[in-house]
Amino acid sequence: MAIITMREAISQALWEEMERDEKVFIQGEEIGVWGGTYAVTKGFLDHFGSERVRDTPIAEAAIVGSAIGAAMAGMRPVAELMTINFAFAAMDHIVNEAAKMHYMFGGQFRLPLVIRAPGGGGRQLAATHSQTPDAIFAHFPGLKVVAPGTPADAKGLLKEAIRIDDPVLFIENATVYQQKGEVPEGDYTIPIGKSKVQREGSDVTVVAYSKMVPYSMQAADILAKEGVEIEIVDLRSLRPLDMSPVIASFKKTNRAVIAEEGWRSYGVGSEVAARIYEEAFDYVDAPVRRVAQKEVPLPYNAHLEQLALPQVDDIVNAVREVLR
Amino acid sequence: MANIVEMPKLGFDMAEGTLSKWIKSENDTVEKGEILAEIETDKATVEVESTFSGIVYKHLITEGTAVPVGTPIAVVAEKGEEVNLDALVESKELEPTQAEEEKAEPEPGPTPAEAQQSAKEKEDNSLIKASPIAKRIAKEKKINLSEITGTGPGGRIVKRDVEKFKKAPGRVSFTNTSKAQVKHGVDEEIRISNLRKAIGARLTESRQTVPHFYITSMYDVAELLKTRKQLNHGLPEDQRVSVNDFIIRAVALALRDFPNLNASLTGSTITRHGDINVGVAVAVENGLLTVVVRNADQKPLKQISQEANAMISRVKDGKVKNEDIEGSTITISNLGMFDVEDFVAIINPPEAAILAVGSAKEIPVVVNGELEIGWRMKVTISADHRITDGAEAAKFMQHLAQFLEQPWRLFAQV
Repeated sequence: MAIITMREAISQALWEEMERDEKVFIQGEEIGVWGGTYAVTKGFLDHFGSERVRDTPIAEAAIVGSAIGAAMAGMRPVAELMTINFAFAAMDHIVNEAAKMHYMFGGQFRLPLVIRAPGGGGRQLAATHSQTPDAIFAHFPGLKVVAPGTPADAKGLLKEAIRIDDPVLFIENATVYQQKGEVPEGDYTIPIGKSKVQREGSDVTVVAYSKMVPYSMQAADILAKEGVEIEIVDLRSLRPLDMSPVIASFKKTNRAVIAEEGWRSYGVGSEVAARIYEEAFDYVDAPVRRVAQKEVPLPYNAHLEQLALPQVDDIVNAVREVLR
Repeated sequence: MANIVEMPKLGFDMAEGTLSKWIKSENDTVEKGEILAEIETDKATVEVESTFSGIVYKHLITEGTAVPVGTPIAVVAEKGEEVNLDALVESKELEPTQAEEEKAEPEPGPTPAEAQQSAKEKEDNSLIKASPIAKRIAKEKKINLSEITGTGPGGRIVKRDVEKFKKAPGRVSFTNTSKAQVKHGVDEEIRISNLRKAIGARLTESRQTVPHFYITSMYDVAELLKTRKQLNHGLPEDQRVSVNDFIIRAVALALRDFPNLNASLTGSTITRHGDINVGVAVAVENGLLTVVVRNADQKPLKQISQEANAMISRVKDGKVKNEDIEGSTITISNLGMFDVEDFVAIINPPEAAILAVGSAKEIPVVVNGELEIGWRMKVTISADHRITDGAEAAKFMQHLAQFLEQPWRLFAQV
């Protein structure tokens, strides 16, 4: 298997799907001539041409709205938002139209739409451009929300997102575009809505997704030296949320830590913890702990920013805490 | 040659013993040191070793017979030996054994009481902190969670505690000791046991001849309970220190400055004892015994706890040793675990005083003019007015506060 970066994995998925199906096209700010803010679509314009690689105005509502229209008309658009923070400018299109179109028109329309959006903090982009609002989008039925934690999953899940007929918000994390990992050769897809055990262990279940997956892997190495084996369950998609690997793992370990980069209140951890208590109450041996961002608008100051964001050590400490 | 085995004297105040069971039958071979019979004394059932080797030639008394100490109970002879029983027994009876018996006194026994468990523990049991899976496993294995010490945060019982826990064999449950029930319409006559007889005689004498007076004090035991909790954190049950252990040590230390209360009266002489030996009343089936922690003022709390626990479990198992129940110079009767406000105890003669300990309770208290919630425990001293007076006993109770309310002193004093 080839070892490639997260950026390369996403880029490969787009490239392969555009090669495979000419109905697939991409549009967004600076994706063509510039090659993408994070260089994910570098070389796409030259290869696929401006019909299928469309630079747009700085108008997120238009980017998403026109993509919805194209999808309804039978195309398979992949709309890129420069960051997920700009999704708020397209909120009505995403949650009221994309998420509900199929339902409200009695199934007359399908929406084979993908919205790619990198999120996360840690690059001193200040409070408005550093958010992790994943839970907000996962709140809406009708929208699939995918957030991979490894290059292999990113590639397989993005290809699947492009091929299915439902609207998918595909959340990337800008700070881990350089994260490397093994990726299977050839064409493959990964079904959306299946959580995955990324590392086996017997002592504590660590539930993570996106950037918190590589962070949990680092935490696991530290904890292994102390004789603690954590089992990392990667949610991979927040909606649909596949709890069965989480519950199965929890029934084995009886203890859990949930790591997310977003804020704790009303977050992904809140949902997962509630589901654990609902579905595995008789297996609880310690209160479930959540590792999350401090409840402040993310500071611009580099030191404060890192203090506010969840770190590998926070996961390590939370695991030690639930093991007391 | 033939030898006579006598009813042994198992304690300075044992007057008679009942032969409850012959272990060696007539004509059995017996080695010196082998168990010959079981004897029920005032206090417990004890095994009697043969002092001779040979053949059990004859049982001189039958099972169930009570005889005074020193009475011949069996003859051990050499194999094949012809014994002139009458002559042998007669010669033995002529030996002077009476003098000792005069010294024998009736048996101790203050008011019924208990050691070991504390009021605090009982409180904790009402809401046992245990994780759901610990509760589930306990239910499956039929384990009583109150018997387990939690090692999780805040003492929570977690899975590992339940998995590690092994049921203590034959542990006495204090909540349900009395299995007796009234049989409606039927009068039952119960023969008084030796133990009950001894308690009755001893306490009747005490109540009728000793002029008792009583003083009750209330102590702030919040610190004591906190210290105990910290001390016991994470320890298995058999190593945990009880509230009563704290009281034993506190009373012993307080007594150092009150020799008159660590005393006994015989005739017209008060003996101020050189050792502070704290007796603790322990309930047994149909009565009570007093186990004695010797020199309790000189022992660390942990040791007091271990010794007391060992003696209490011997009492419960009916395997009490004589030294366990002899020689107390003061007695503590603790009914704290039965949710008791306060009570008065009857002095265990010839001691000068007994302390009756009630439950530690959370009650409203006034601190600096403000109403607060505090932990309080009432202790009542019963003292012999022939030995001491109200002022002295009251000062002792005041002095005792130092140790009960500032438990660090229990550790600071050597």
